[in-house]
Amino acid sequence: MKIEILGTGCPKCKKTKEIIEKVLKQTGVEAEVIKVEDVEKILNYGVMVTPAVAIDGEVKVAGKVPDEKDIRKWVTQ
Amino acid sequence: MVDIFYPLQWIADKLTYEVFKIAPDTHLAASVNFIIYDVLKIFILLAIMIFVVSYIRTYVTPEKTRKVLGGRTGLQYHLLASMLGVVTPFCSCSSVPLFIGFVESGIPLGVTFSFLITSPLVNEAAVAALWATIGLKVTLIYIVSGIVLGVFGGYVVGLLKMEKYVADFVYKIKVGDQNIEQESLKIKERAAIAFDNVKEIVGKVWIYVIIGVTLGGIFHGYAPEGILAQYAGKDNLLAVPIAVVMGVPLYSNVMGMIPIVESLIGKGLPVGTALAFLMAVTALSLPEMIILKKVLKKELIGAFVLIVTVSIIFTGYLFNILL
Repeated sequence: MKIEILGTGCPKCKKTKEIIEKVLKQTGVEAEVIKVEDVEKILNYGVMVTPAVAIDGEVKVAGKVPDEKDIRKWVTQ
Repeated sequence: MVDIFYPLQWIADKLTYEVFKIAPDTHLAASVNFIIYDVLKIFILLAIMIFVVSYIRTYVTPEKTRKVLGGRTGLQYHLLASMLGVVTPFCSCSSVPLFIGFVESGIPLGVTFSFLITSPLVNEAAVAALWATIGLKVTLIYIVSGIVLGVFGGYVVGLLKMEKYVADFVYKIKVGDQNIEQESLKIKERAAIAFDNVKEIVGKVWIYVIIGVTLGGIFHGYAPEGILAQYAGKDNLLAVPIAVVMGVPLYSNVMGMIPIVESLIGKGLPVGTALAFLMAVTALSLPEMIILKKVLKKELIGAFVLIVTVSIIFTGYLFNILL
């Protein structure tokens, strides 16, 4: 699984990364977590409001820090 | 009209005179009463306004905005862009992707600027704090001026044909078309998102509100009446431009500035000068300009700052004459 965190590096993006890593640790799911800071790549996903999270190329959330419950659902599916 | 905030005044009076046992008609009583009343009122209105705007926002996404405004020209689209700027989210770290996303979808540069000007200017937290402190009438004037400023500013940027001052790479980026499942949200989920927003924004600004109200309260209780009318009154034509220039570096504390401005008005600062100051605080922020520098050449940033500054100064004079 490839989890991409899209964001130019604001505090909310860092927070998103922290929560995702926490959930991965809790659930024991193996995933590659990548921080995408390049605006062009972010826009390639059609995302204009950061932070956003894409899992295996599919955007799951944009414009807010996702909560743990949602992340757990995405990674365990 | 019945004052719906009367219960808050009652609580403030009770606490000041009975719980804290401060003698009425003293400077201390005036300050403490002001602080309690304002803090309660600002937090209540903040929670309500942020909730309402965040709820509406779950329907109006930037993705939809892009579709609605793409390739349209005309004054009505400037107006629409400005009005969308009021409700769509816009934090400074999203300004670059938003800007590119808009330009890429064929939204004219001027229309994009109408959005860019109004969006930070009229945000729900500032509106709530203004309503709580200075009153509904001035708040409505502020909102309408913010929209008019966005329409005017964007229109001028459009007239000046400044497209060549956008960084070249912007036009090369292809924006993907990912539809984030937002359509199918239930009312409960929208409410949950709105509630999260209330927690997040209040959690971020409460400290500025407390500091601002406290400073405002001290000024309210201790500064002599009319002190500002003497130095920064309507007949001092320099007051408006000075207020605007002073406002620019204060962006991060806008929530704290509003209660301070309230007490300044109470001591004789003309409302137009106060509005111009608050607009400068919110619309022209240095960090914002630095971020936009990534996509805009300095000529365009300069034109943007100049147009917005001149129109804010004009608005300030206008309301000093009218109010």
